[in-house]
Amino acid sequence: MRRQSDDAMTLYRFVMMIPRWWLLLMVVPALADEGIFDQYRDLMGDDNPAIFVIEEGEEFWVQSQGPSAATLEACDLGLGTGVTRGAYAQFPRYFADTDRVMDIETRLLYCMETLQGRDREVIAAKPYSLRGDFGTELEALVTWLAAESEGMIIAPEQAHPKERAMYAMGEEIFFYRAGPHDFSCATCHEQSNKRIRLQQLPNLTEHTEVAEAYGSWPAYRMSQGLVRTMGWRLQDCFRQQRWPGLIFGSEVSIALQTYMAVNAAGGVMTAPGLKR
Amino acid sequence: MAGRIKIRAQKKGELTEVKALMRHPMETGMRKDQAGESIPAHFITEVAVLHGDHTVMQAHWGAAVSANPFLGVRFQGGQAGDAVRVVWTDNQGGTGEGETTIR
Repeated sequence: MRRQSDDAMTLYRFVMMIPRWWLLLMVVPALADEGIFDQYRDLMGDDNPAIFVIEEGEEFWVQSQGPSAATLEACDLGLGTGVTRGAYAQFPRYFADTDRVMDIETRLLYCMETLQGRDREVIAAKPYSLRGDFGTELEALVTWLAAESEGMIIAPEQAHPKERAMYAMGEEIFFYRAGPHDFSCATCHEQSNKRIRLQQLPNLTEHTEVAEAYGSWPAYRMSQGLVRTMGWRLQDCFRQQRWPGLIFGSEVSIALQTYMAVNAAGGVMTAPGLKR
Repeated sequence: MAGRIKIRAQKKGELTEVKALMRHPMETGMRKDQAGESIPAHFITEVAVLHGDHTVMQAHWGAAVSANPFLGVRFQGGQAGDAVRVVWTDNQGGTGEGETTIR
């Protein structure tokens, strides 16, 4: 009898220990790793290498290029000819001159084509840096324009029917499961406090988290030594989902950006961010 | 585009704290591009911090240093208003230089 009760006590003690150990193993590493990266970000402070890219973007903006030897200074980003301050925070938006909703990247291509006479297809063929590149013109321009909206409220318009249709399409794609792994964007991004390995995954259906995530792109990726844009981020998400490659400037890309931007509306632009 | 340096120098008590961010790809020579071709090595080999004409720090760098490297250094004897320079040379003969005054 005595022996049995000792055994029962040992078992009871053991069972009581499990939750505590389990918590220690599961929670502490997750918090500690995020903490360390936040510390790193604080230490770097204003020394985000994206500041070079911002400068380069501003230089591209005023540089005469293309058959028309024109600058981009007459480009209308939605707030009037040549207005760059605060423009990024209101993308994607409807443009009457093209009768479609555009993200900032496709709008810049439109300006390069119409103002400078450059071939849209050539630029669209390689919008983002590949391995060994040190930044593209488009990346630099988008980074500078994002910096021109730093501290401003994310405020994409939803006035035009085509803007609302874009949001609806984005929402549908976000939850659409496809590909060899039957993944949707939502598989990784509709729950809070989840991570893949050590990467914290933002819940893009939750306002605070989507605002923080959307507002911090474009961002300098230390592992790549490059500034990456939201358009690139989406392409990489498609790759990670094993979906067919996301076409640059496609409706799908703009729809997903609209979905995120509208969910993030009211948040603050902090880009260019600094990421692992 | 390469060659730019963002540099700040601030006096903190006895010491002057220098923070320099350099624009450089720091290619190791070990990577291949999308087409499978080797990307040539391109990295900073020597970097120095100068207070006026006096070299307060000199270092040999190699391929293990990150792209767009960040350098932090503290030295004694700086006065507000003094010039501080950061200079580097890379393995392809390129140079970069940045200057600021201590505040």
